[in-house]
Parts: sequence; C-alpha cells; structure tokens
Amino acid sequence: MSRPRSEAEYLARLIPPSASATSFGRRSLLKGALGAGAALALPGALAACGSSSSGAAKSSSAGGAAAAPSGTLKVGSNYSDDVPKKAMQAEADAFKAANSGVTVNINTVDHNTFQENINNYLQGKPDDVFTWFAGYRMRFFAAQGLASDLSDVWGKLTGFSDAFKKASTGDDGKQYFVPIYNYPWAVFYRPSLWKEKGYTVPKTLDEFKTLGAQMKKDGIAPIAFADKDGWPAMGTFDIINMRVNGYQFHVDLMAGKKTWNGPEVKKVFDVWTELLPLHQSDSLGRTWQEAAQSLQQKKSGMYLLGSFVAQQVDNGKDLDFFPFPEIDPAIGADAIDAPIDGFMLAAKPSNKDAAKAFLTFLGGKEAGAIWAKSDPSNVLANSEADTSTYTDLQKKSAEIISQAKSIAQFLDRDTRPDFASTVMIPQLQAFIKDPKSVSTVLDQIESQKKSIFVS
Amino acid sequence: MRLGLRDRITVVVMVAVPLALVVGLVWLPSICTVLLSFTRWNGIGGLDTIEWVGTTNYVNVFTNYPPFQPAMEHNVLWLVVLFGLATPFGMFMAVLLDKEVKGGRFYQTAMYLPVVLSLALIGFIWQLFYSRDQGLLNNVLGTSVDWYGDSKVNIWAVLIASSWRHVGYIMLLYLAGLKGVDPSLREAASMDGASEVSTFFRIVFPVLRPINIIVLVITVIESLRAFDLVWVINKGRNGLELISALVTQNVVGEASRIGFGSALATIMLVISLVFITIYLATVMREEEQ
Repeated sequence: MSRPRSEAEYLARLIPPSASATSFGRRSLLKGALGAGAALALPGALAACGSSSSGAAKSSSAGGAAAAPSGTLKVGSNYSDDVPKKAMQAEADAFKAANSGVTVNINTVDHNTFQENINNYLQGKPDDVFTWFAGYRMRFFAAQGLASDLSDVWGKLTGFSDAFKKASTGDDGKQYFVPIYNYPWAVFYRPSLWKEKGYTVPKTLDEFKTLGAQMKKDGIAPIAFADKDGWPAMGTFDIINMRVNGYQFHVDLMAGKKTWNGPEVKKVFDVWTELLPLHQSDSLGRTWQEAAQSLQQKKSGMYLLGSFVAQQVDNGKDLDFFPFPEIDPAIGADAIDAPIDGFMLAAKPSNKDAAKAFLTFLGGKEAGAIWAKSDPSNVLANSEADTSTYTDLQKKSAEIISQAKSIAQFLDRDTRPDFASTVMIPQLQAFIKDPKSVSTVLDQIESQKKSIFVS
Repeated sequence: MRLGLRDRITVVVMVAVPLALVVGLVWLPSICTVLLSFTRWNGIGGLDTIEWVGTTNYVNVFTNYPPFQPAMEHNVLWLVVLFGLATPFGMFMAVLLDKEVKGGRFYQTAMYLPVVLSLALIGFIWQLFYSRDQGLLNNVLGTSVDWYGDSKVNIWAVLIASSWRHVGYIMLLYLAGLKGVDPSLREAASMDGASEVSTFFRIVFPVLRPINIIVLVITVIESLRAFDLVWVINKGRNGLELISALVTQNVVGEASRIGFGSALATIMLVISLVFITIYLATVMREEEQ
C-alpha cells in the first residue's frame, strides 16, 4: 500500500476492505452483493434520494422536514470548555429560533469524562444527539448498533467534500456522523514575542533545535508541554512519527500491523529524546490549559497542540503557527493530525424527528457560520458556510489542512481505545519521566499490544 | 416452644429479605466478577459476545502490565502510612480531646470536618495547595516542586491529603469509645499510683479492644478502597497507581477491557478476603468468650 496522496484517499482507506469499492477478495465480493457494496453506489443513490424526498429541506436552511419537529430534544455535549460551550449553546438557540416547537436541552459533560464514559453512556439512555469524533470509535459504535443511520440526513446536506463524507461513513457504507469542524495540530507561537526576539520559523529539525537552544538562552522555555491528562503527548508522538516514518506507517502502526519495538519507532523516540530537553519540564503535573497559559504569558516560545489552544491564548489574537518541521527530506512535512469533530444520533432517540432536524441543521451552512463566530479556533467542515468571519488563524488553518497530503485523526482516534488509554498513556508518561528507559517502554508497548490486538 | 404461623412468617421474611439483598448485591456481583475475569469482553453487545480465555488475563496482569506492580506497592504503602502514622495520630487526638481541654468541641469539629467532605472535594482543595505553577505551597516556600506530577513525590503528597481525612475519622471513632470507658477503672488506677501513660496502655487500651479492632479494620478497608483522591488528581497514573484505579481504568473507562479489569478486581477481592477473614475470626472468637 503506497502513501495516500490526498485527504480523500486517506479517508477512503478508513473504510475497511470488506466495504470498500477497491477490494476484490472472494468474501468482499460476496458481502458486496449484500450491502457493503452499497458504498460504491451509495453516494449516487443518496443524492437521488435526497433530492427527491427532501427538496424542501434543502431550501429551508433550518433543515426542518415537512412536518415541523416538536417536543424536547436532548443533546449530550462534551463541549465543556467555555468557548465551545457557548458555541454549542448558540447552535441550540439558532435551531430553537427556527423551530419554535422544539425545546433543546443541552447536557454538558466534562470533555474527558464524556469520552471515558462513552460506552456506558451509549448503552444506557443516551441523549438523542451526542457529540463525537470521526475515526475508529465512530465506525465501531456504528458497527455495534449504538448509533443510528444518518444516510437520510446526509441526503439533505450539501457542501461537504467527499473526504468528509467518507470520514462520516461507517463500515457498512452508511453515514453515522455529521461533521461540524476539524482543526490542525501544529506548532503555535506568539508573533509579537518572536518579532521582539528576532526568531524565524524553522523549516528543518536542525533549525528547530537551534531555535530552541536560542530560546533557552533567552530564558524562555522553548516548547510548552503538558501531559497530566495523558493525551497531549500522543500528538507529539504522532507528528514525529509521521515526519520520521511517514503517514502510511502511522496508519499501519495504529492498526497493530507494525511492531513498536522495531527500528522505525525507536527512531521516533530517539528524535523525541533529543527534543525533550527543549520541552517544559515537569509536564506530567500540568494540564494543557496551564501550558497554554505559559505560552500566553510568553514564558514559553512554542506549543505543539491542536488549534483549540487559541481558546486559551487571547482568543487567538497574536497567535500564529507553522507545521512541525521536516525531519527526513525523503518523507517531507506534508502529513498532519487534523481531527474531525461532529455529532451522532443515538440508537433509539426519544425524539427522532427533532434529532434529525437538528442534525440537518448542524450540517448546514448557517450552523457552520454560527460556530465559526463563537469559536475562532476551528475550520468548518461545510465548504458552503460563510467564512467571512474567519480570523487569520482560521484562514491559515484551512490552508494548512487543504495543503496537507495526508491527514490523520489522532493516536487515540485512529486506534483501539483499550490500547490507547490503558497502554499508550502510561507508557508515554513512563518515557517522559525517564527517556533513558525507552527500549523497555517500547518492549512493554509491543508485548501489551499483542495481548490486546487479538479480538 | 412451637412458633405460631404469624411468627413463622415473620422469621421467614426477616431472613429472606436480608438474604436476597446479600446474595443479589454482594455474592452475585462478586461471582460474576470472578467469572468475567476468565473472559475477554468489550462490554458492548449481548452476553454471547463474551469470549472464554482461561487464565490469560491473570498472566497478563502479572507479567504484561507495568502499572500493576507499582499499584500493589502503593496499596501497601497506603496501608502502612495509615496504620503506622494516621491511625495512631487520630487515637492520640482522641485521647487529648477526651481530657476535656478548653475548646475541645472546636478542635473536634475541625478535625472531623474533612470526613464530611467528599474525597473528590478534598482532591480539589489540596490541588490548590499542590499545583506546581499556581499552588500555595510552591508560592509560600518559593520552590517549584511538581507535587502532583513528579512520581517520586506525588504519592506522599496524596498520602498527606488522605491522612488528613483519616485522622479525623479515627479520632471520632476512638473518642466515642473513650467516653464509654468506666471511670471507676481510671480512678482505681490512679489510686494505685499509675501514671497517665501506663493507665492508658495497661488499662484503657485493653478495655477498648472491640474499638481497636474496628479501627484496625477501618484502616485496612480505607487503604484498600483508596481511589477517589488519585482518580481526581490524575486518574491513577504516573506514580499514583492503585489497584482500584486500575480496575476503573480498564472497566469503566473508554477502554472497556471488562475481562482484564475483572481479573484485577478479583485480585483485589482476594487480598480483601484475607483481612475480612482475620476480622471475622476475631469477632467470632470474641463472641464465643
């Protein structure tokens, strides 16, 4: 398998061979006859279905179907930080304004807690509509019957590229997810500080290290770093891995097909070990918000994080970023993590009509514009949405995503959650604690991986 | 004497209801946990998706799960600190307060206050002290110790917070016991010229044997079920591993390694059983006397 050359191609690979149009195994042919093959015909069929059954919905931006939805709609939201919480509320208010019969109740749960309780949540009495991410888990929930088919909603949606549609598609070729935005992971910095000190954007790893050394000399922590919650270090691992070994290796490694104690991953950690002294120390007791504060206060010079860091730094003013520099010229620097966030529909929603109307609304361009206005750190998924309110940061984020040849979701979204949370978090923390222990750490990851990737 | 129908019904109901509760709420879940520990299951879908894997989970826990060993060590450390420091200190406080010192009520309330607070809240309160960049301790001391992040330090930081609560608990229990000691015993001791210290160790302490056992058992239980504090701080990772936290990480979290988590829970159950057996044996022996 060669490296994919576009986001669309990457997303196409998210669909397992059994459901994809390109595989011609004996079994897949059989299955293809049954319905997985619908992946091929689906977009067309859906488009047809959408235009015939919901012409009205397309013209009505609020997405109301023929019968006006009514009653109470429960929305489970993991947008617990201030900025996205307001954005979520703004969406609900706008939907209510267009559909006076519906009461929207947003049930906001702390972001990490929501993610950790998702299995119980979905198997209990989940809210009608809930926030989630594209990636392994979305397809897994769809396959387990914990989410409802949204193909009919997708029939009414316009403005999404094929790439987003594929990222919203489950293993069976149906859509289960409505994307709202995605955001790039990159190295963020404050231009005013850089201008004052005369720093320039590094293009290679050597320049990056030289810059770090200079910052250290200037009494600034070169790279802000926090890993108390366990996931931010995954972003560092992802990006170094994609620079050293390339995008396809990331995909295979996440799928459990490559070994963790082989020379490829070892090299990733060698680079990381060299960079660690440039990172803020004592990272295991710090949250990303605290690290972002140090960037805000200009106590640290750079911060490798998702663009949601803008929520903590002057609302994104005086903030700029660059893609993580190239490490191996043969690999280049054209792969990034750019996770997609969005919404799903519970398996048995109590108010299906209102839920679908809300999801159609959320996928529409008005909802996109509302989000962009409230939360200036993300890039809208719907290409028709009004981007005139985009800040420079958003414009640049959109640019970097469209330029990236390969886009990954994130370590914990691209692989099994049992592996990501019970193995990768403690092991990455063990490495950060004692970088010399790297070979033990990698052996432990590999042997635990083998015990988990069996079913 | 033969029991009437009414009496017999009463007896049956009085036995059956608690029995049903114990079986349904204690035995059934415990047995299910033990059974699940021999399986692999992601917790989603029907019972038919459970896969029998024998002792694989146990082998993995002991040989292929780096957090397990520190977790065992931390649980033991927890027990040692509570038993060796916090419990004696709580008892000492109780003895002092029993002396009817001035403002005793105030101290009593102050010491007991942390027990009323939930451990989650205690975790938050101590976070204000321990935060590396914004915490009180580092600001007052002018240090930059990473109290919660440095895996060499954080277990001690947490133990202090935990002891703070435990002391109050033991103090109250013991104080109640001390109030019940027959004053004539002390009078007799002082008539015989015994000092305060020897009165306590030779007379009061042995008389309080039942309370002592309760205090001991509570200390053991507290150290085995220690969970909330480390969970609030960092989900029981990086130096704060505890068996209970590992169980939760595996079973409750996104991971859903039900079988593997159950194996950890079973190990915890076995350890608890040792203490429960000792306790029951002591209590029963007491009753025979």
